[in-house]
Amino acid sequence: MAKPGLDGHDRGAKVIARALRDGGHEVVYTGLRKTPEEIVRIVMDEDAAALGLSTLSGAHDVLLPAICEGLRREGLTEVVVFAGGIIPSGDHESLHEDGVRAIFGPGTRTTEILDFLEAARQRIEGGEPVGVGENSGWRWE
Amino acid sequence: MGVIPANLLDSALTGNRRDLARMLTVIENGGAFDIPEQSSWTLGVTGPPGVGKSTLIGRLISNWADRGERIAVLAVDPSSPRSGGALLADRMRMSTADSNDSVFVRSLATRNHPGGLVSCLSPMIDALAACGWSRIVIETVGAGQAEIRVVAFADRILLVDGPDRGDIVQAEKAGIMELADIVAINKSDLPNSQQAADSVRSALEVGGDSSVTVHLVSAHDGSGIIELLDAIESCPASGARDRLRVRERLLSAWDSRLLAHPQLNEVIDALETGSITLDEAVEIVGLSED
Repeated sequence: MAKPGLDGHDRGAKVIARALRDGGHEVVYTGLRKTPEEIVRIVMDEDAAALGLSTLSGAHDVLLPAICEGLRREGLTEVVVFAGGIIPSGDHESLHEDGVRAIFGPGTRTTEILDFLEAARQRIEGGEPVGVGENSGWRWE
Repeated sequence: MGVIPANLLDSALTGNRRDLARMLTVIENGGAFDIPEQSSWTLGVTGPPGVGKSTLIGRLISNWADRGERIAVLAVDPSSPRSGGALLADRMRMSTADSNDSVFVRSLATRNHPGGLVSCLSPMIDALAACGWSRIVIETVGAGQAEIRVVAFADRILLVDGPDRGDIVQAEKAGIMELADIVAINKSDLPNSQQAADSVRSALEVGGDSSVTVHLVSAHDGSGIIELLDAIESCPASGARDRLRVRERLLSAWDSRLLAHPQLNEVIDALETGSITLDEAVEIVGLSED
């Protein structure tokens, strides 16, 4: 669970991190104001299977593609990327095309995020593409 | 995730950071590698929750990196007993760690298996040392026996405490004081820290151990950090506490073997119904190889 860029609002990220923990996941929380390069490095060192990005700053259309690109550049193509926070629906399509598999807005139930991760896990087990660098039209809606 | 390439070890040894990370995952899940033997330099850092262990490690990391060392941190946090999940947030306090090529931080959950993590710790240390990480730090919350056993895998142990905690008694109760080579009283920028250092010193004097040094530091403003680092660097790996550490390692290996015993559940069931006694149970789970 990461907080990219200049964004001090971490309540959402902490709630999600807690919910995922309670759902049985091992969650590494990066803390605030990480650069895309730092986030890619953390995903690599922690060998994370999935990356959740929380952003409320409005800079999602710059930061998220930079992170997805960085993951692909480092060969971390199988990482499942999802996002949440304040991301206008008009921006969803291009983020999905960039490899973000799910975008959760305000009001999302934490169980839905667990359901998404479970669906992603089942796809991986079935050999279906779901990672940020894998050619997949799949998205959570 | 995915297929593990056969040459993971070779790739990691040539400096591929990602493959080292994947190798650690394989080890964590019980896999093994034929890692070439070499010596390692390890420091265990423990202490009560909230005394600033991670922040202090962040400071040490920066100074080590300036001296040309390559530092790997294994940050251990407990798993939730209810869900089995874990929230691993030590690295957020080590802010310099995420952008420095000579720093590698890996978060580990205890997975509610005191022996479990410990049995993979040795191969992880070996893997990191073989890949050229010259300073390996193991961080745990010093709250119980399982945590002590984790830090006992390090060749030298730093105990961190803070002012106004009254918690050094807890550390003494848990037996960490006996294992520590160096004590750091963090938050020296706050009042009463000198008093805390004095009380630790007097506790050590009562114990008759004069080789343990007590340092007043502030991870917040950086004071005392260089002196602490020098003390850590000059601390010999072998000492009177070696025997205690070896003992803890033996106990954790024993735990691990017991918890993996194929008849463990049957024995627990039998104990629960009262059909065997505790002594008989110990006989059954025995200590033989299989």
